[in-house]
Amino acid sequence: MKFKSQKIAYHFFALSMLLLVLQIIYGFIMGFAHMGYDGLHELISFNTASATHKNLLVVWILSGFMGAAYYIIPDESDSELFSVPLAKLQFWSFAIVGVIAVAGFHVGWWEGRKFLEIPRPLDFLVAGNVILFLVIILMTLIKGKKSSTTAWVLTMGLVFAALLYLPGMIYFDNISVDSFFRWYVVHLWVEGVWELIMGGILAYLLIKITGVDREVIEKWLYVVVGLTFLSGILGTGHHYYYTGGPSYWLMIGGIFSALEPLAFLGMTVFAVQMYRKGNKKHPNKLALYWTLSTAIVSFLGAGLLGLAHTLPGVNMYTHGTLVTAMHGHLAFWGAYASLVLAIISYSMPLMTGRNIFDNRTGRLAFWCSNIGMFGMTGAFAAAGVAQVYLERIAGYDFMTVAKEIEPHFFVLILAATLFTVGIIYFIINFLKFGRPTDEALKSDEDFEALKAD
Amino acid sequence: MLSKQQAKVFFLGGTLLFLAIFVGMSVHSLMIGIPENTNDSDITEEVILGKQLWDENNCMGCHTLMGEGAYYAPELTRVYDRKGAEYIRTVLNAPNGWAPRGRNMVKYDLTAEEVEGLVAFFEWMNRADLNGFPPEPSIGN
Repeated sequence: MKFKSQKIAYHFFALSMLLLVLQIIYGFIMGFAHMGYDGLHELISFNTASATHKNLLVVWILSGFMGAAYYIIPDESDSELFSVPLAKLQFWSFAIVGVIAVAGFHVGWWEGRKFLEIPRPLDFLVAGNVILFLVIILMTLIKGKKSSTTAWVLTMGLVFAALLYLPGMIYFDNISVDSFFRWYVVHLWVEGVWELIMGGILAYLLIKITGVDREVIEKWLYVVVGLTFLSGILGTGHHYYYTGGPSYWLMIGGIFSALEPLAFLGMTVFAVQMYRKGNKKHPNKLALYWTLSTAIVSFLGAGLLGLAHTLPGVNMYTHGTLVTAMHGHLAFWGAYASLVLAIISYSMPLMTGRNIFDNRTGRLAFWCSNIGMFGMTGAFAAAGVAQVYLERIAGYDFMTVAKEIEPHFFVLILAATLFTVGIIYFIINFLKFGRPTDEALKSDEDFEALKAD
Repeated sequence: MLSKQQAKVFFLGGTLLFLAIFVGMSVHSLMIGIPENTNDSDITEEVILGKQLWDENNCMGCHTLMGEGAYYAPELTRVYDRKGAEYIRTVLNAPNGWAPRGRNMVKYDLTAEEVEGLVAFFEWMNRADLNGFPPEPSIGN
């Protein structure tokens, strides 16, 4: 690490790890309920578990993005963070708002809007917190000695993500209009500006790990994020097929959604090509695994599995079934969860001075979690396809089908157990690093020298 | 070979162009398309009450409506047609909470006015034109 202030990233990464564990616990509660075992119903009903599971995902990924920005921006702008006390204030207020939101879900303080269940009064606190975060990042960039494309793409992603939260705060009497704007937030986040953040973090990791020239990496970064918006903005239309929108969304949404995998394919080719061109001398193999896997699995989960059910004729039958859960799990895992785990794996040795670059625990974490998530995706796929045929095509009643597909949730839970083992291994490694220390300052100079060879 | 500057122009130009198209289509959808398809002028105080209850109780956390929700409980876009108003009232008024085949629904203590609000909401939803969703089973019941 170059600057002492980068250590603040650790707080956000630790919070991410804690929330990820909680997210998994609530996932198990839902999985068991789908299997017919909802013993916790009186205490934690399914809709509570569902809201908690999804919002914890959003919050831990955002926490990871914030940590990544606090680590990357000082490095890229060659200056200390604008204000460490303000960053600490931002961290604690972020964590407190998150805890209040999750606790609120358990006493019915929420709004029934998938992924945006946080009630509107809390939304204002979220907005205030994010503004503080952006002020710190932008001031660091402005007063910095250097400016880089990577830093600006990452920052643009963060700024747009904040702006896009606003349409979700407006109230509408018509649920179709409400849904229209909800997708402004959710779709334009995950299939739009979050990909800018992903591109920025991925470019940073590739520059550091592969040693390929920055100009080459940043040129392709523009192409990849260009493809993202070219397809992703009008690709929002796939959420407007069957929610009250005009019929032209069927064609527009269909065409541009079908193009969306191109952006993810671009991300994959980008990462793999840079790795092949690189000198492969960086010792942090775990960071390399996660960097390459986020590029590859995001294409499979977000790109290919999205394409599998995005065309209107198919989506007519799969919309609102477990097929969506299949796509959602691998997409979030590949594109965003793995990305956060990649930046954690890269930055923790540099913040703590403990060189855990390639150990058995880290490899087990990588393989168990990835194989587990692929198993979960398969279980959701089997359940979803069975549901489509039985309910949508054969016309069986919802609950009849729900009972028929219960065995798939047993497989889901087995795969989720393997996934959890992987995450536990990852957290063991995270704890092994200990806390960041000033003694780790300049620890990345050795690796900078590798590039010159 | 593509230069970094050209790549930047591709990114910024493409983004602005498609954003402009998206905003234009959004305005049309919000001003004309959605109000027509969803019979916006038929939204009464009762329907609004139903929609508020749908939100406040996070019904979407189990059910789906217009295909959006959590896949744990039935899709309700056409529940008014499929089951009828009386069935909806029975479910919402179930004294010990509704539990079809062992799957528990949260028990709600709704007033008669609130139950009627939800019925009105589902009746309004039932008439929305959703481009053919949900599909009719092609093999049959």
